[in-house]
Amino acid sequence: MSHSADSELILTPLHALHLELGARMVPFAGYAMPVQYPKGILAEHLHTRQSAGLFDISHMGQVALRGDDAAAALETLVPMDIHGLPEGKQRYALFTNEQGGVLDDLMVIPRQRADGAGQELFLIVNAACKVQDVALLQTLSDRCEVVPMPEQALLALQGPQAVQTFARLVPEAADLVFMTGRWMDVPTEGGAIRIFATRSGYTGEDGLEISVTAADAQRLARLLLSLPEVEPIGLGARDTLRLEAGLCLYGHDIDTSTTPVEAGLTWAIQKVRRHGGARAGGFPGAEVILAQIDQPNLAPRRRIGLIGLDRTPVREGTELLAADGRSAGRVSSGSFAPSAGGPVAMAYVAAEFAVPAGTLYAQVRGRAVPMQLQPMPFVPHRYWRG
Amino acid sequence: MSLKFTPDHEWIRVDAAGVATVGITPHAQDALGDVVFVDLPEVGKTYAAHDTVGVVESVKAAADVFSPVSGEVTEVNETLRADPSLANSDPQDSGWFFRIKLSDPSQLDGLMDEAAYAELLKNA
Repeated sequence: MSHSADSELILTPLHALHLELGARMVPFAGYAMPVQYPKGILAEHLHTRQSAGLFDISHMGQVALRGDDAAAALETLVPMDIHGLPEGKQRYALFTNEQGGVLDDLMVIPRQRADGAGQELFLIVNAACKVQDVALLQTLSDRCEVVPMPEQALLALQGPQAVQTFARLVPEAADLVFMTGRWMDVPTEGGAIRIFATRSGYTGEDGLEISVTAADAQRLARLLLSLPEVEPIGLGARDTLRLEAGLCLYGHDIDTSTTPVEAGLTWAIQKVRRHGGARAGGFPGAEVILAQIDQPNLAPRRRIGLIGLDRTPVREGTELLAADGRSAGRVSSGSFAPSAGGPVAMAYVAAEFAVPAGTLYAQVRGRAVPMQLQPMPFVPHRYWRG
Repeated sequence: MSLKFTPDHEWIRVDAAGVATVGITPHAQDALGDVVFVDLPEVGKTYAAHDTVGVVESVKAAADVFSPVSGEVTEVNETLRADPSLANSDPQDSGWFFRIKLSDPSQLDGLMDEAAYAELLKNA
């Protein structure tokens, strides 16, 4: 990663490629990132849903935890079963605070170190939180080695044709199932490129996330873009894709004021860390979060999905009223959803309004826009589970 | 007559009967991206120049549409309401937003001609 001279924004290893492809660059979490390419958000979104899209997500943080005690140490910061996670199996996790709120969401996978010198936990965290996350992880430094990896770039190849397309280059990629990962070599004319790929993503589609050194990133991206199925996709479509997939965006749909239970992420907390489990509690906010799991009525709000009953897009921050005029809650993410074909939103509402198929009224420019509660995802996930 | 432009990136074209057609400029649609929704003014209602008369929304953003002049709205583009992408594909023709009967044609003198608008874009 390097700094641009005139703007203070950090440039990813693919910056020159983005400009060459005609990307519209925007500042995001301190980085210059492509929000869209010339085809635009709608076309990029739909292309990803039907073929394969390549995303530069090098702004995200990559960190390794090393040492025999790393899993047990990380369990003091997240309410997940890390100890029981086998090598090559990936898990969604949350850093929590003492109030039971969410400090960040992340992916964790135990893997062999790149130098072959044993195992490590490989973490991917959000760009906007990574400085704070690394500082939090450093509190574990008497128990494990904390290794930020700013020299690594991250690409995502997403879509129903992503893996079969990639497997033309690296056949063993097709052996991965959803939420597993492994090291691979991508043969190229200029020599093999070593990557660590996981079969996961942030679009609801099948696909891969690929960690590669900054030095090899542009060569790999150009190779992938040379495949006929693959188009470059910007952050604009990444946001509409994840929204349709019902996936939370940190700082919008989850933050320090939302508990995992309110956010509908209870599934991410394994039984072994809940009351009655062998390693129950022992993470920040355990008292609040575990009590809410036992008694959901202790969680005052719920994250819900809404579809618009007319064409008006409903944006983040919009107030929602019940039919009788009482305030029900507020939209946390909302947009026109290209594959769903209309407006969709996520919102937090008081538990009493989280009624299946209930109607709420979004207050948009003085008008009441009717929206109906709908289970998420808005567009079915198409993960490959084998 | 020829097109005039506002600093808010609307265009306006007046016909012989003193009725003006209004839309957003190619620059405006390009900056917004894929238009997915438009809110149009009410036919028969009278607006003052600079009043907010509608909204144009892309996937990412919402922007107000202002009336460049004062007058009564005589027609809105129902085809655009049904297919908002016309604002992207044909912004200065079939992607028009509304027609307004000017109450004070001298207001047109305060708007930019094509050259002045091009200059504005160059310096933006």
